[in-house]
Amino acid sequence: MSVKLLKYIVSNSCIRSRVHNMKYMSTVNNDKPIKVTFNKANGDKIIAEGKKGDSLLDVIINNNLDFDGYGACEGTLTCSTCHVILDSKDYDALPDKPSDEELDMLDLAYNLTDTSRLGCQIILEEKLDGLEVKVPATVNDARYN
Amino acid sequence: MRWRYLSHSIRKYSKDANGFQVGIVGAGPAGFYCAQQLLKKIPGCQIDIYERLPVPFGLVRYGVAPDHPEVKNVINTFTKTASNENIRFIGNVSLGCHITLAQLKHSYNAVVLAYGADEDRKLNIAGENVSNVVSATKFIGWYNGLPADKNIKVDLDVEHAVIVGQGNVALDVARILLSPVDELRKTDITEYSLEALTQSKVKKVTLVGRRGPLQVAFTIKELREMLKLPGVSTHFFENQMNDIDKVINDLPRPRKRLMQLMYDASQKTEVRNKLFDILFLRTPISILGTSKIEGIELAVNHLEGERAVVTDEKYTLKCELAFRSIGYRSVQADPDIPFDKMSSTVPQSTGVYSVGWLSSGPVGVILSTMSNAFQAATLIGQHFDKGLLGERKPGYDYISKILEDKGIITVDWNGWMKIDKVEVERGIKHGKPREKIVDIDEMLQIGGILK
Repeated sequence: MSVKLLKYIVSNSCIRSRVHNMKYMSTVNNDKPIKVTFNKANGDKIIAEGKKGDSLLDVIINNNLDFDGYGACEGTLTCSTCHVILDSKDYDALPDKPSDEELDMLDLAYNLTDTSRLGCQIILEEKLDGLEVKVPATVNDARYN
Repeated sequence: MRWRYLSHSIRKYSKDANGFQVGIVGAGPAGFYCAQQLLKKIPGCQIDIYERLPVPFGLVRYGVAPDHPEVKNVINTFTKTASNENIRFIGNVSLGCHITLAQLKHSYNAVVLAYGADEDRKLNIAGENVSNVVSATKFIGWYNGLPADKNIKVDLDVEHAVIVGQGNVALDVARILLSPVDELRKTDITEYSLEALTQSKVKKVTLVGRRGPLQVAFTIKELREMLKLPGVSTHFFENQMNDIDKVINDLPRPRKRLMQLMYDASQKTEVRNKLFDILFLRTPISILGTSKIEGIELAVNHLEGERAVVTDEKYTLKCELAFRSIGYRSVQADPDIPFDKMSSTVPQSTGVYSVGWLSSGPVGVILSTMSNAFQAATLIGQHFDKGLLGERKPGYDYISKILEDKGIITVDWNGWMKIDKVEVERGIKHGKPREKIVDIDEMLQIGGILK
């Protein structure tokens, strides 16, 4: 049986309930895991998976990653604790440019660079699979970590 | 011998209680962030957090503006930390009043002072004591329901208010005074201050600073909010923003973006119903008026480098209400605290540590406090690893007896949860996230324990 046919049968059987259909869509079609690598200031390399629509902050929370103090305001653009630094190529490739409000918060971050973003504002999509970001130390002190 | 070695290893590496006792004074962000990090650095340590008020969270509850609820999301993390079985919250206990530093040192391997900086700096000029000259800190305490400030006198039946100082506290006060009251109704601002703000006639707020535009202390988010306030136009005095555009490009990014925003705002000429004025290069010399403020006499300054230098030229600003917002200072809560009087801070020493504003001075956003608290926790972890804090200590067993003897009613985390529940329920009636209880006795009736 071809995959196409299988999909047809499954989606037809689910069509009675929109909820089911949605569920099917999200588990089969869109849920291809998207891999992200976090390079921490202390040298740790952490690879985690998220799905389309997740922010980098979601990825860290959903995977229970232990990043000190990360995401203090819970993604509401009122702190800069989810600061990440991207390669300029990745930075330019992101679909959304940072808003004024995001830049305002980044201006208070330690180790600010031209390719800094807030993790809560980077939303995953398939083409970002394999993204690598640097997570600068939360604290403004090289002795820490 | 073998048993002793074994028990030492268990104490050091086990996740279970290792007998290491930490006493933190102050349940604000610095205290909580320090506790959070200590749980990681010294697994199994017991942490007792003392708070002068019956309720936790310090400036997150009493300083953060009611229209900034997102900033208060850190409370969720603190609540998670507090739910750890090795953390004990002891509310309504004051260092220097109910307990002493010597008693804390006797009870704990490490004492962490996290009681912040709650004294506001005075202008120290003639007339400062006439009525309607108000401390911005107390005004913030008033609208946020800080028990000590619930009865301060401020007459808002006036048109023009002046705020001396150009930091984020000054902008918070200006924003609360100029915001449409309906915007505040949905916040956790106290009902009595909402009532007073509804009656307010304030139409113009002037922010006065000693130095120039390049030296302002407020941050860009807070200024952007002012520029977006409905019905309020922002003005700058006497072309003080001229020529700023010539230096903008040479500034580091954060200053550059802030200056660009200010410069763009200064080029707009629209006039709306209410006015927000920014005045640079003025130092207050005296408050005018005999019983009530009628104005402020200012000296005109010029800059020498980054420093403001007073000239002979004078400038009078008429106003009927003034706030001083020129910074905070920490106090020495107990005579034994190794307090640096010059900087009003407490330096780190083995066994007695400081975090937050008491450690760094009263500047910076929550990120700076977090960073500072994490560093102190790391230092305590190092001292622990080196065995510098090894002695066996009685912890809360000792302090609780003192409190019991004195008949002090305390509030534990469970007690706070009861108070929290009542506040949230009262908030529902007014369509707000909570209605804060402002009376300490009432808090104690709901959440207090008397042994």
